[in-house]
Amino acid sequence: MMEEVIRVLGVDDEEGMRLGVQRVLQGFVLNLPDLDTTLRFEVTSAADGESAIACLGSATFDIMLLDHKMPGLSGLDVMAWLQERREQQSAEQGEGAKDFEPLTIMVTAYASLDTAVEAMKRGAFDFLAKPFTPAEIRSVVRKAATHLMVQRQARKLAEEKRRLRFEFISVLAHELKAPLNSIEGYLEIVRSKSAGDDQATYDRMIERCITRLQSMRKLIMDLLDSTRVESGTKPREMTQINLLEVAKTALETVQPEATARGITLRLPTETPVMIRADAAEIDIIFNNLISNAVKYNRDGGEVEVALYERDDKIEIAVRDTGIGLSPDEAAKLFKDFVRIKNRMTKGILGTGLGLATVKKVAQLYHGDVQVESQPEVGSVFRVTLAKEEVKP
Amino acid sequence: MSTAGTNKTILVVDDDVDFVEQQEIQLKHAGYHVVTANSVAEAEEVLLTVQPDLALIDLMMEHVDGGFVLAYRIKRRYPNTPVIMATSVASETGMEFEAKTDDEKSWIKADLLLAKPIRFEQLKRELDRLLGD
Repeated sequence: MMEEVIRVLGVDDEEGMRLGVQRVLQGFVLNLPDLDTTLRFEVTSAADGESAIACLGSATFDIMLLDHKMPGLSGLDVMAWLQERREQQSAEQGEGAKDFEPLTIMVTAYASLDTAVEAMKRGAFDFLAKPFTPAEIRSVVRKAATHLMVQRQARKLAEEKRRLRFEFISVLAHELKAPLNSIEGYLEIVRSKSAGDDQATYDRMIERCITRLQSMRKLIMDLLDSTRVESGTKPREMTQINLLEVAKTALETVQPEATARGITLRLPTETPVMIRADAAEIDIIFNNLISNAVKYNRDGGEVEVALYERDDKIEIAVRDTGIGLSPDEAAKLFKDFVRIKNRMTKGILGTGLGLATVKKVAQLYHGDVQVESQPEVGSVFRVTLAKEEVKP
Repeated sequence: MSTAGTNKTILVVDDDVDFVEQQEIQLKHAGYHVVTANSVAEAEEVLLTVQPDLALIDLMMEHVDGGFVLAYRIKRRYPNTPVIMATSVASETGMEFEAKTDDEKSWIKADLLLAKPIRFEQLKRELDRLLGD
């Protein structure tokens, strides 16, 4: 539970009113369980509009209880001053100037609708009619404080989202630049012939360039998959899909690489497993898990795909006899751009987006992906999906 | 590129296998003896048996500051081995490092920082300077 202090400015020319507000709010504790926050209140008092403006100019307040009818500047005059300052600041700093302004609760003895309407027009959050009971003050302050906290929470979430997006783009830029640097490096050597006269050396460099270009294209394709799944912009076409057929096709795709490295591919079932799903999304799951199982396997190893139906769920399990993962590595595996770098993965190209996208797809089907693994023995990746169509 | 005929040993360390390969090809062609490693751990193993005349290492390996750690360890074991740190950090994150002032040298245990991509002529010039050829 977080504790926060809400600073309140009470403006009234009647001393009794100022003391009343102070007494009621000083000991007031407001629990907001939904926001996991407890609020306490700290009250500053001002006896007229002029000193209210002085206070507002020198400190920041969260809530202002503002009396309208005062000798000298009225409550509405104070609001007009705030409005003017707001306009001036937003001209200078753009959006965000309002952040330093208290939520204003207009207090008026006549409960005149005109004053209330005028105050609302000038940006007041609420109004309170004199005479009021302690319960009424607490109620109006509770409403304002809750509004304030919800607003701050929303802003925090928006900032977090911006930060994540920035981070994603930074890493993406790095991942796209790495192959470019590498290809440029090889081409420079070819251009300056600084590798001597052996043609075989140059042939090898050109092969590497092609490999890096292919991996760059793969990154872009994976990126498109990932953003498509995440943004939900692509209309999903839900049809009846036989997972057995999808598994067979995905295995056929990796067969050449598996054969070259003596890896056996197994799908020990002929039972159709049906699910209502989007075909492109299901392809993402099978293609990523199966190509990983081959890529991170040992030569002469094995890949086995199994499909299970239990109750309202379907499980896809892909087992390999590969390099495996430590618990630390497994814990971060499903995040964007995470690639496990160690002696065993050296030289294996990947984008670090595949498993993160598999997880996003699984979540679209109210499912998840999990890994059980033992270093240098192998891993099993299990994806569960809800059988019935789930509206995103 | 002429062959310099030097038999100085250069240690090249980077987790990018292509970067290592490119430097190795060019350095060998220029007449250097080259040993390579793809991680800080691998480099430390190499250092047990090889005393390089110069080390060319990447900044970001395994951890963001893997290169700093390795530079420190090289200097502790072989205080006279110059270390060149290659980095693409500045252009990607806006972070900049330089090893010019005494204060910077006191914590960056590298003799020179080079921004990637590195042109070989530039690297060769710095090698000649640091190796006193």
